[in-house]
Amino acid sequence: MDMLEGILLTIVTAATPLVFAAIGELVSERAGVLNLGVEGMMAVGAVCGFAAANLSGEPVVGVLAGILAGMVMASLFAVVTLIFVANQVASGLALTLFGLGLSALIGDAFVGIPGIGMPHVHIPVLSDIPVVGVLIFGEDPLTYLAVILTIVVAWFLFRTRGGLILRSVGDNQVSAHALGYGVVKVRFLAVLFGGACAGIGGAYLSLVYTPQWTQNMTAGRGWIALALVVFASWLPVRVLIGAVLFGGISILQLHAQGFNVPIPSQFLSMLPYLTTIIVLVLISRNRTLLRVNTPACLGQPFVPDR
Amino acid sequence: MNKFLIAASAAAVIAIATGSAGAADKLKACWVYVGPHNDGGYSEGHDKGRQMVEKELGDKVETTYVENVPEGPDAERAIERLARSGCGIVFTTSFGFMDPTIKVAEKFPDVKFEHATGFKTAPNVTTYNARFYEGRYIIGQIAAKMSKSGVAGYIVSFPIPEVVMGINSFMLGAQSVNPDFKIKIVWVNSWFDPGKEGDAAKALFDQGADIITQHTDSPAPLQIAQERGLHGFGQAHDMYDFAPKAQYTAIVDNWGPYYVKRVQAVLDGTWESQASWEGLKDGMLVMADYTNLPDDVVQMAEETEAAIISGDLHPFKGPVFKQDGTEVVGEGAVVDDGTLLGMNFYVKGIDGEIPQ
Repeated sequence: MDMLEGILLTIVTAATPLVFAAIGELVSERAGVLNLGVEGMMAVGAVCGFAAANLSGEPVVGVLAGILAGMVMASLFAVVTLIFVANQVASGLALTLFGLGLSALIGDAFVGIPGIGMPHVHIPVLSDIPVVGVLIFGEDPLTYLAVILTIVVAWFLFRTRGGLILRSVGDNQVSAHALGYGVVKVRFLAVLFGGACAGIGGAYLSLVYTPQWTQNMTAGRGWIALALVVFASWLPVRVLIGAVLFGGISILQLHAQGFNVPIPSQFLSMLPYLTTIIVLVLISRNRTLLRVNTPACLGQPFVPDR
Repeated sequence: MNKFLIAASAAAVIAIATGSAGAADKLKACWVYVGPHNDGGYSEGHDKGRQMVEKELGDKVETTYVENVPEGPDAERAIERLARSGCGIVFTTSFGFMDPTIKVAEKFPDVKFEHATGFKTAPNVTTYNARFYEGRYIIGQIAAKMSKSGVAGYIVSFPIPEVVMGINSFMLGAQSVNPDFKIKIVWVNSWFDPGKEGDAAKALFDQGADIITQHTDSPAPLQIAQERGLHGFGQAHDMYDFAPKAQYTAIVDNWGPYYVKRVQAVLDGTWESQASWEGLKDGMLVMADYTNLPDDVVQMAEETEAAIISGDLHPFKGPVFKQDGTEVVGEGAVVDDGTLLGMNFYVKGIDGEIPQ
């Protein structure tokens, strides 16, 4: 494997969990719900995915368990914020802290056990093409799923009636309600979808990325995913680009060190966040951009008048 | 209401009284870990030592631990809580716990503290460490023998003397076999971050290294090595189960005998502050089984191990030169312990600079 191929492959692997988590959060935010619990949902998804895969011997079972676990966590958040109308920011932060603790508790019996990895796809001939071969035809199955998911979400949001309803709920909850759409119901489903995606992103970490379970193994990726949604200005395809960029920075800083490039590694580690802040500033300076993509009702509670 | 309050506080007083009476017969020995107690690496090594204390000293001691304690201000609170809760001896097991340990020790002069891998002692603070560099010299030799590309990747946590000493020892071992051997060093700024350690391993392999070694605690780099059909070394703990095809050997920490000795000393009333630094000879570190290696390399490794134990070979025997060629010690001398414990320079042949 030559170096370029290796670097690109590693970047794609680093980007995949970010894509999953960010796409889920994007859908939930498009429906107007800000869920800061991504990190916690990922952690629980990672531990449940690892546990289920190890107990059953099947990575696929692990992925499904990760999805389910993420949805259970998300449903907690949805009940608290949508039914009981609690503050979304506080509940989301609580979900993260809760998830990190819960995952450590569940995972105690699984620390220090080698996990079951997920085999990469190998298509004869195609996977052997230099450079692009492995990159396009030799990834793990979940990476393809992440790309497909992004395209499907983009299509759903902007090309279907369901997507239109979801966006209207996020943009103007009062009008959506007046038109007869179930604002709470739509949001509930969007949050569940977000949880499922975060769960699969977590499971990716414990099944593919490093096949093992350790406490705090999400290592801040949930927060990067949140930043990524803003960075992508709530557009799915930009999430893909952003994830490759963010993943790329974290990998390239390791390469820079290997080549003795004299840039402090800490500086490179903070680049994704710095970029997000800059993008945020740029977006907020441009009123039209802001109006076009930001869900207008993001984070606002909704109580239907009866 | 008032009656209830009085009853409750009376109950509390009784509980406290019996609690302290109960604790008096037994020595409470406590540990502070930087990672999870079952991390499959460094912290688990300490926890095995703790379990040995429980097994060997039985009824005379009661042990407890706090895990996942971050280095920094939080460590001070964790250590203080243990000291306050009646621990007679507290083992703080990571370099970054050094200053917090010293600070808490000042407040609790009757509690004994033992800090691993540091260099600050006090009347009630002992330091203890293993001569890990002895093992690193051996794996350096193996790496140089086995590498086809002549380049090893080295994943490291923080630029502290302990880590720099390990890098140098590895390099000196490698140079004793192949004078032109190269290492590529990547700092991940963490003791335990499987994702980042794995990424670092991938990056190093992509840059042409074909052997990986690490001064971080997770088995992720070895797993990557196995995935790539390459090899590496376990850190602190036998990581064979994680990568049976990739691990050549591991430098295994063996803290148990030391812990038993020190806790026994507290029980006997003979505990004294000291700075102990034991190695292969005393069994404080042991080499895991040599696997995936040809016989002649195993033989070489075993001979080196024997020579270090007998004292015939010191990894830092002269002449040792710094990167810029200045001599540290000459022919016939060895680098003294003080210089080793404060090591802040790379030896000749290593490229790059130590981050400040």
